[in-house]
Amino acid sequence: MKTLKYLLRNPLSLLGILLLLFFAIVAILAPEIAPVEPYQISPYFTPRSSFWPTPEPMSKEHFFGTTQGQYDIFYGLVWGTRTAFKVGLGVVFVSSIIGVSVGSIAAFYGGIVDEVLMRIVDVFMSVPFLVAAMVLTTLLGKGLGPMIIALSTFGWMTYARVIRSEILRIKEMDYIHAARTYGSSDFLLIFRHILPNAFFPVLVLATMATGSMVLAASALSFLGVGTEEGYADWGQFISYSRNWIVGQGDQPFKYWYTLFFPGMAIFLFVFSWNLVGDALRDILDPHIVRK
Amino acid sequence: MQSYILRRLFFLPIVFFALSLMIFSLQMLLTPIQRLSAYVSTISEMKGGQEQIAHLIKKYGLDEPFITQYWLWVKGVLQGNLGWSETARGPVSEVLLSLFPATAELVVLAFIPSFLCAIWLGTRAGANHNKLVDHIIRFFTILGWSFPTFVFGLIMLMIFYGFLDWLPPGRLSQWAMTDVGSSDFIRYTGANLIDSLINWRWDIFFDSLRHMIAPVITLTYVNLANMTRLMRTSMLETLRQDYIRTARAKGLSRRVIENKHARRNAMLPVTTMAGMELASMMGGVVITETIFDYHGLGQFAATAAGSLDFPAVLGFALYFAVVLVLINLIVDLLYPFFDPRVVLK
Repeated sequence: MKTLKYLLRNPLSLLGILLLLFFAIVAILAPEIAPVEPYQISPYFTPRSSFWPTPEPMSKEHFFGTTQGQYDIFYGLVWGTRTAFKVGLGVVFVSSIIGVSVGSIAAFYGGIVDEVLMRIVDVFMSVPFLVAAMVLTTLLGKGLGPMIIALSTFGWMTYARVIRSEILRIKEMDYIHAARTYGSSDFLLIFRHILPNAFFPVLVLATMATGSMVLAASALSFLGVGTEEGYADWGQFISYSRNWIVGQGDQPFKYWYTLFFPGMAIFLFVFSWNLVGDALRDILDPHIVRK
Repeated sequence: MQSYILRRLFFLPIVFFALSLMIFSLQMLLTPIQRLSAYVSTISEMKGGQEQIAHLIKKYGLDEPFITQYWLWVKGVLQGNLGWSETARGPVSEVLLSLFPATAELVVLAFIPSFLCAIWLGTRAGANHNKLVDHIIRFFTILGWSFPTFVFGLIMLMIFYGFLDWLPPGRLSQWAMTDVGSSDFIRYTGANLIDSLINWRWDIFFDSLRHMIAPVITLTYVNLANMTRLMRTSMLETLRQDYIRTARAKGLSRRVIENKHARRNAMLPVTTMAGMELASMMGGVVITETIFDYHGLGQFAATAAGSLDFPAVLGFALYFAVVLVLINLIVDLLYPFFDPRVVLK
């Protein structure tokens, strides 16, 4: 409760929360804001009005204009909000569960188990994240599922490290010794007594990671190994704008809208998660004296 | 000290073993027929339909058990055989080696300014905790985290190429490419900046520099935020130490305390992180090179991934991982020189 109060009082994190609320509303109301046309196979595949290669500027039918191949940018961005939430929360959910399990096991059992698990973490950390994710998505094939798997496979290590060091700290506290003397089982000790107290740093990490995972996912789509062609996904829409960046002849900014709107969508989404995460981290940091 | 180096070197093969196992496991996600593409370089080898394919799979042992295949693969890799790349129409290892200088040039040029800038900005923010400077720098680091690299790069391209026509994409201009390709120009390293200097061709040097400005700025921007943030935290922590208070009590000026006493110690965690940051910069290279059409490892990897050229992508991953492990090793070995307090056991 105190945390929430702090978040709402700090102007930056308040801005973040408001932005997140806005995105959540857009995601929930997507069918109302950008109605699905009757001939669409799935609402996630952006409708195209024709196959004309040149982007069209903003008009009554297309609020934000269209991309090359006439994908409606407004539709793509609205439904892309759902994609962003799915990817961000999905990856964070999967990777934090893997990370927390590995970290807790390593910290709790110590010794050789700890050593082996942490060396595995080191190996996973020694491959550059984006490259590794790109390789795995390439191997698994395009789509949202493979992307989430790939990003989670290479995104769990920080959770493992953080939870491990937290548990190592808490493990030696008196109340844990007390619980052990009373005969708590290992399971109960970890889940009942240790993890709830080690939870906050993981929350901070997860908040920050949601944003960066959405960034990574859109980078994959931008590189052409993410979602399928035409999928309502922000990174995908930016990759459509690539050929039109330099404009045409004497009008260098003619197709600005193909980059501006999708770029803003990604930026604001990630920005809001980071604002909240940053404020949470300040709360966590015991050195910072709050007045 | 010596035993520390020895221990690190002893662990090196283990790390490489784990890495190779990881990349090989990734490879095993593919079917034998997909994996066969690494061995086949010409269409004519595939003539003979299903039977020929079955024969080739047998020949290269692609249906053997995991361990046997792993052994065969490692043997090949140790001899420098990473398979055949369809996108580059050449052996993967050769392509990677020939593109490495271009990327190394870019990364080194981007890393140094981002490191120095981060130290400076982080120091300023940490020394002025919760003042205006701090808030501004903090705001910009969050901004840097949130702004997608590829959008930043595309905006750079839009303004500096589309509008102003100052910084063109690519690695060299057309005329420079012809000159570099001619027999008068001797290739020593493969890195344009160094080669043009040795050949005493200032025009090519400046042309190559001009093509690198935009990608270097984009790469720098990617990494600045992280390191600045770390430097700020570290600076805050250092300024709280007793010896800083002593220095203050002695009446030393703020400037001397911040720049001499605090910054040097605060830099330590940032130096440790530098290896990791280099890693994330390597990831950034894929996007940056793709946007600016810079012919290097990253662009090659992205093209290969887009056209499902598995041997190239996996070879690239292995190559990168090995380079990174070596960089981290070097950073670790240099660490005692930065921090004399560290007594290595």
